[in-house]
Amino acid sequence: MRYAVRRLGFFVFTLWVALTINFMLPRLMPGNPALAMLSKYHGQVGPGTLKALEILYGINTSKPLPEQYVTYLHQMLTGNFGTSLEFYPSTVSSVIGSAVWWTVGLVGIATIVAFVVGTWLGIIAGWRRGGRLDSALPPVFVVTSAIPYFWMAMVLVLIFGITLHWLPYIGGYDVAGDTPAFSPTFLSDVLRHAILPAAALLITTVGTWILTMRNTMITTLAEDYVRMARAKGLPGRRIMLDYAARNAILPNLTGFAMSMGFVVSGAILIEYVFNYPGVGYMLLQAVQSEDFPLMQALFLLITVAVLVAILIADVATALLDPRTRTAA
Amino acid sequence: MSSAPADHRAGDLVLEVRDLSVAYLMDRGAVAAVDRVSFDLGRGEFLGIVGESGCGKSTLLFAIAQLLAPPATVTGGSVKFKGTSLVGLTERQLMAVRWRDLSVVMQSAMNALNPVTSIGKQFADAMQAHGVTSKKEIAARSAEVLRMVSIDPVHLKSYPHQLSGGMRQRSMIAMALLFTPDLVIMDEPTSALDVVAQRALMTQIKELQRELGFAVVFVTHDMSLVSHFSERLLVMYAGQMAEWGATRQVFDNPRHPYSIGLLDAFPSITGEKVPLTGIPGQPPDLSRAQPGCWFAPRCPQVMDRCASTPPELYPVDRTLVRCLRYDGTPPDPAVTAGAAQDSAGATRGTEQR
Amino acid sequence: MSMPISGITTGQPDAGPAPALDPVGPGVPAATAAVPGGAASALRRMTTAIRRNRKATIGAVLLLLFVLVAIFPWVIANDNPNADAFKPRLGVSTAHLLGTTAYGQDMWAQLVWGTRNVIIIAFTAGLATTLIAVLVGVAAAYLGGAWDGALGVLTDVLLVIPLFPLLIVIAAYANGGGTLVLILVITVTSWSYTARQLRSQALSLRRRDFLEAARVRGERPLYIIVVEVIPTMTSLIVACFLTNALYAVLFASSLQFIGLGDPNTVSWGTMLYWAQNNAALQTGQPLWAIAPGACIAALGAAFALLNYAFDEIGNPALRPLRRNRVKRAR
Repeated sequence: MRYAVRRLGFFVFTLWVALTINFMLPRLMPGNPALAMLSKYHGQVGPGTLKALEILYGINTSKPLPEQYVTYLHQMLTGNFGTSLEFYPSTVSSVIGSAVWWTVGLVGIATIVAFVVGTWLGIIAGWRRGGRLDSALPPVFVVTSAIPYFWMAMVLVLIFGITLHWLPYIGGYDVAGDTPAFSPTFLSDVLRHAILPAAALLITTVGTWILTMRNTMITTLAEDYVRMARAKGLPGRRIMLDYAARNAILPNLTGFAMSMGFVVSGAILIEYVFNYPGVGYMLLQAVQSEDFPLMQALFLLITVAVLVAILIADVATALLDPRTRTAA
Repeated sequence: MSSAPADHRAGDLVLEVRDLSVAYLMDRGAVAAVDRVSFDLGRGEFLGIVGESGCGKSTLLFAIAQLLAPPATVTGGSVKFKGTSLVGLTERQLMAVRWRDLSVVMQSAMNALNPVTSIGKQFADAMQAHGVTSKKEIAARSAEVLRMVSIDPVHLKSYPHQLSGGMRQRSMIAMALLFTPDLVIMDEPTSALDVVAQRALMTQIKELQRELGFAVVFVTHDMSLVSHFSERLLVMYAGQMAEWGATRQVFDNPRHPYSIGLLDAFPSITGEKVPLTGIPGQPPDLSRAQPGCWFAPRCPQVMDRCASTPPELYPVDRTLVRCLRYDGTPPDPAVTAGAAQDSAGATRGTEQR
Repeated sequence: MSMPISGITTGQPDAGPAPALDPVGPGVPAATAAVPGGAASALRRMTTAIRRNRKATIGAVLLLLFVLVAIFPWVIANDNPNADAFKPRLGVSTAHLLGTTAYGQDMWAQLVWGTRNVIIIAFTAGLATTLIAVLVGVAAAYLGGAWDGALGVLTDVLLVIPLFPLLIVIAAYANGGGTLVLILVITVTSWSYTARQLRSQALSLRRRDFLEAARVRGERPLYIIVVEVIPTMTSLIVACFLTNALYAVLFASSLQFIGLGDPNTVSWGTMLYWAQNNAALQTGQPLWAIAPGACIAALGAAFALLNYAFDEIGNPALRPLRRNRVKRAR
C-alpha cells in the first residue's frame, strides 16, 4: 500500500514538473516566442483570444510571476486549454478530442500487439535455445530495432504504397471520398489506411520485445529453480510458462513502461510521414503553425498518457510479483 | 574400475555409477569437470561426497540426476538407478522417474524455489506432474510432508521470501519427500545455514532417513559434518575420486594426502588442541592438463614421479585411494627418508607445516 | 526514434525484484561488470573482446567507416554539397552516384558531407550526456542520503517525461536552431537512463573490498571516486556512451526531419526534411529520402550492435551456442 501511494505521489510530482516546464519555457526563451506568435495571428483571430493568450504567456501584464503561475495551474487543471489558433475558433480541447481516438486506435493497438507477439516469440526463442531460429534472430532484430521509425515508415510507403499501389498511405481515411460514419465502407477504409502505419510501428518495436524477453528468459533458465522444476519432472510447457516466463517477464514489464516515451516518439514521426490525423501529427502541425496553446496541451496530454501507461505496468508487476506486495 | 570392496548384494543397489565423466564444452575446448567416478549405493545408505569448491561434486550430482545443462555434458560412463540406466533415457522417460523415485535438494532454497509462486503450489506442481489430481490428496500430502519437517502447514500459502532461511531449506526437503523416493540427492543443503541450524537439519534428515528408508547422496565441503552421518565417504579432487570407502575407515584413517589435509582443517572439537593447518595452494585449473597427479603441486607428501605419472585407484585395506604411494611399488630408496619424515609430520600431531 | 535493447540480466538472486522505481537497478548489463584494474586494462580487455565477438566487430568497423568519412569526406565526394549547380532531379549516374535533388544539388555529396554533422552530434552530445550521467550517477551513489534522494527524483522525472515531445516543445520555442542548440538541448534532457545504470553500479562498488581498503588508507572521497571508482566502471561508461550517442543521432535527426534543426545545415536529417517537403517519395526521387534514412539506420545499427555485443561478452549465457559433437571417452 505504501508503495502504491509513493508511486502515485511520484506521478503527481512529475505531472507538476511537466506543467511547470510548460509554464517556464516560453518565458525563459530569448526573444519571447509568444510575442512572435501573437504578432503572427494578429488580425486572424479575435481580440478576446489574443488577450487571453497575453495573460497565459505573461505579456503586457502587470501581474507578478507567481500569480500568473497560479492562474496557469488553475486553468490547466480545470481543463481550460484555451482556443486553438490554427483551428480558430475551435477550442483546444475539441481539436484534441477529434485526434485522440486515431492515435489511441493506431498506436495503442499496434503497441499492445507488438508487445504481446514480441514477448511470446521471445519466450519461445529463449526456451528453444540453440535452435537455428535462435541463432539467426538476435543480429536481425538488433538491427531492426535500431532503424528509425520514420525511415521504416518511408520504406513501407515507397514499396507498398507508391510502387505496388497495394495500400493507401495518406491520412486516416479517404478524405475526399468518404465521410465519417459507422458504416462498413468507412470502417474498412479506416482499417486499410491503418495497415501501413501500424506495420511500421510493429516492425520496429517488436524486435526489442523479442530480444529483451529472450535475454531475460535465457538468464532465468539458468536459475536454480528452473533446474529444480526439471528435477521434479514437470512437463516442459509448465516449466517454460510458470517457472521461467513468469519470472522473466517482470523486468520486461518495467522496460515496457519505460519505453512508452520512445513509442510515443516513434508514433509522432510515423503519423507525420503518413499524415495520419492523430495526436502526434497534430503536435507537429501546431509547432509549424506556432499554435502554442495547442502544442502545450498536446505535450501535457502525451505526458499524462505515458504516466498512465507506466502506472498500469506497475500494477501488473505488483500483481505478478508477490515480493513487491510485501515489500515496504 | 571396480567400486568399493563389495558389501552389497546385487539387487539391493539403488545407484550404480561407473566411470562417469562430465565435461564442459568451452570455446577453448572441453574441460573435464568429472573424471571417471564410480561408486555403488545401497538401499537406505548415506553417502557423503566431500571436496573443495570447484572439485566437480555439484556437477557430479547433476550428472547423476540428469540435470546437466549445456555446455556441460556427460562424456562417458553410466549411471544405473535401480538397475535401469539413466544416461540415454529421453526426457519423457526420465520424467517418470523424477521425483517419484529420485529427488533433489539444492543448496540455496532462496534460489531453488520459484519466487513468484507459493510453496503449496510448488508442491502441487510436482504431484500433478505425476498424476495426482485430487486437490484433497495434494493438500493432505503437502501438509503431511511439512509436518515431517516440523513446519506448520499453514505455510503452504506463503511465498518463499516470507519464510526464514531454515524453514525454506526444510520445506525443500519436505518437497523432496513428497513421493517417498528411493534416493534423495542433496547438494550442500546446509551450507547456507549457521552451525546450529546445520546440526539440527542433519539430525532431522537422518531421522527421516531412518523412518522412510531412502538413500542419500550428500555433497558438502564440510568433512567433519558429513562424517557423523554418512556410512560411505567419497573424497573428490580435481573431478577425480581421491579416496573412497566406508566413512569410519576414511575418516579415522585417511590415506590420500588431500583427505588428510581436509581433516586437519577441521580439528575435532573434543580432541586435543592442534595448530590449524590448511592445504596450501589453489584449486587446480582443470583446463590445463596435468601429466601426473592433480594434487602433486600442493601435496606435502609428493614424490618425484608424482608429477609425471597419473595415479590410478589403488585398494588399501577396504578403501580405494588415488595416490602413487599405494600403488604397490616399493618407495624409492632415495625418497624413503624424506617420506618417513613427511608422514611423521602429516599425522595429526604437533608439527606445523 | 527506436528503442534500446538493454540486456537485462538478473542481478544476484537474493536481491529480490527490481522495484519499478528503479528499473535498471540490478539490471545493469553484466558486460559492464566492474573489475578492478585501471582504465587502461579495461580498455585492453574491451578491444580484445570486440575483436573476438563477431557482432561487435561489425559494429566497430561500421562505426569506424562513418567516422573516417566524416573526417575525410573529400576522399569520396568532391562536389560541393551546397552548390545547386546541377540540373535538378537527375537520376542515378556515374557523375551523380545518387542523382540530384530538386534543387540541383548532388545527393551523394550531401550524404557524404552530411556525415560530418551527424558524427559531430553523436560524439559531442554522446560524450556530454555521458559526462552528466556519470556525475549524477556516481554523486548520487556516493553522497547518499538526501542528495541521492533528490538526484534520484530528478532522474526519475526526466526518465518518465516523454523526451521527444519535450524536445519538440523546447525546439519550437527556440524557433529551431543550429547544431549547437540541438546538442545542448539533447544533452540537457537525455542523461537520465544512463545515470540510473551508472548509479547502480557505483552503489554496488561502494561495498567492494578494494574501495574499503582505499578508505581505510585514509584517501579522501573525491580521490577515491576519481581514481578508484570511475576507472573501474570504464566498460559501463563506454556502454553508456554508445547508448547516448545512438540517441543523440536519432533525436537530432528526427528534430531536423521535422524542421526544427537548421534546414541549411548539410546533414542526413535535413536531407530528409527537404525530401519530405518536396514529396520526394511521391515524385519519383525516393533516394532523397531513403538514402539518408539508410545511413541513420546503419549508424544506429553500428552503435546498437556494439552495445548488444557488450551484453554478450559480459553474460556468456547469451552467446550463440556451439554445436559440438563430443567424442565419447574410452
